[in-house]
Amino acid sequence: MNGVALAVFVFFFGLVTVIGFVAARWRSADLGHLNEWGLGGRSFGTIITWFLLGGDLYTAYTFIAVPALVFGVGALGFFALPYTIIVYPFVFLVMPRLWSVAHKHQYVTPSDFVRGRYGSRGLSLAVATTGILATMPYIALQLVGIQVVLQGMGIGGTAASALERDLPLFIAFAILAAYTYQSGLRAPALIAFVKDTMIYITVLVAVFYIPAKLGGWGHIFDAAGQALPHHTPPGALILPQKQFVAYSTLALGSALALFLYPHSITAVLSSGNRNVVRRNAAILPAYSFLLGLLALLGFMAIAAGLKPATNNLAIPQLFDKMFPDWFVGFAFAAIAIGALVPAAIMSIAAANLFTRNIYREWLRPDATPGEEAKMAKLVSLVVKFGALAFVLFLKTEYAINLQLLGGVWILQTLPAVVLGLYTRWFHRGALLLGWAAGILVGTWMAWSASFKSVAPFTLFGLDTTVYPALVALVVNLLVAAVATPLLDAARADRGSDETAEADYREEAAPPIEALAEGPGSRS
Amino acid sequence: MSDRRPGEHSTVSRAWYLLLLLPFIGLLWPPFYAKDTPRLGGFPFFYWYQFLWVLLGAALTAIVYWATTPRRGGRR
Repeated sequence: MNGVALAVFVFFFGLVTVIGFVAARWRSADLGHLNEWGLGGRSFGTIITWFLLGGDLYTAYTFIAVPALVFGVGALGFFALPYTIIVYPFVFLVMPRLWSVAHKHQYVTPSDFVRGRYGSRGLSLAVATTGILATMPYIALQLVGIQVVLQGMGIGGTAASALERDLPLFIAFAILAAYTYQSGLRAPALIAFVKDTMIYITVLVAVFYIPAKLGGWGHIFDAAGQALPHHTPPGALILPQKQFVAYSTLALGSALALFLYPHSITAVLSSGNRNVVRRNAAILPAYSFLLGLLALLGFMAIAAGLKPATNNLAIPQLFDKMFPDWFVGFAFAAIAIGALVPAAIMSIAAANLFTRNIYREWLRPDATPGEEAKMAKLVSLVVKFGALAFVLFLKTEYAINLQLLGGVWILQTLPAVVLGLYTRWFHRGALLLGWAAGILVGTWMAWSASFKSVAPFTLFGLDTTVYPALVALVVNLLVAAVATPLLDAARADRGSDETAEADYREEAAPPIEALAEGPGSRS
Repeated sequence: MSDRRPGEHSTVSRAWYLLLLLPFIGLLWPPFYAKDTPRLGGFPFFYWYQFLWVLLGAALTAIVYWATTPRRGGRR
């Protein structure tokens, strides 16, 4: 174990712990209200939202897994870049509408919107359950991110006893759980400033310092180009033709799915007005640039001749080999803290969903805002310790497989949530059928491809591979489109719509009465 | 402001949104850019082309933002 690196690591971890607890007093308000605890009072400006969304979307696991994938397979792993570029025009168009209607009707979750738009408890429950199920393994993977960093520092590893291996992780998560419980969304919002600054410093130092030591970028790419074809399965520096469809569908499918995740929507709804969301679509790509550079660290690890036991260890080993000890500690702290921000927001988002769309909707319809907040705090604890148990007692592989499935599932809520922002043409029953069909097809495809991120597919007589989530979405849309006229012909109840067209363009003017009475604009 | 009815966008202002399609076209068709040369600062074309799109995408979004946001406090 490296003393200097560990000391620096512990210092920064201690720093964000303090920040997490102090956050409860930042922009102080009554945290016994879900609007405050779970959405930070819907008051964040452009800069805070930029840090919060950046810290939320670009997770620690991303920082480990993307370069690891590039290290393993080369060009295909780079789909993370087009994915995080095309997501922002989509966000620019769609999310301000969601922000406005949610602000007008005091919706806290995407399921609240679906409930209000379609007057359907069933569809709302489907969206909520999908969100919770997709989020849980994602939180578990943040823990895996911390675990990998700890291993990189020589803590744990295969030789260590179970106690030595798991105790640091347990402590890290207990701290996270405590300040999230106390401060709600304010904690990750404040910590995101530290996390993102550290990540930017780490990556910028890495992309200038390491290539200089390895003989320049040209040499790094050449070394990767020579080594990749000898990997099993063979990789490539330049995307080969047979991976074109996989590359595009992974990028498009992931981009459409990203802002359907509850933790993305929570961060969007916490912003103070719709122009904050629109502005952020133009400035968040700074993080995408960073992610692209980070992906290239995978090639640096190849050029440095590293042979890690698993691909996930490629980046920690690269840092360990290239950087002085104190900066290794800094970089590892950056990644570990990078896990805390999304893990906190994800658990808050899952807690909001459970509280609003399962607890209040089905179990205790007359819950007061105070009871709602109390329940959400408790659920955020349960969710986090569930994820911890998952990582400690089950194979990491299961978390990765489930996270992949989560991506397939969450995309199936697109017709109800995103198309619902534009049209009420679809019948609520048809949307539910489409959702079910999409989940079945997507799960089956991922299953039969033994949980690889792409599945074999024949398109116009051409054998290729494709991202199952996107195929499932097409099936989902077809079913919904065919079932809508059929259900209408059968005169099935369409449900009432509590929103009006103008609600989707509503500006920031705060509905004072609604704030005073708490969320309660249900019809 | 309140006398302006919802849905009352000018066609000119709406046309700006078409710019947002460009990143999709530029990136979702890999045959455009899946090649090694020309290299730039050691980067194969495949890589620097996509990095370039990060900047282009952000710039296009910013342009659309400015073109479609009313100058002061108007409703959209």
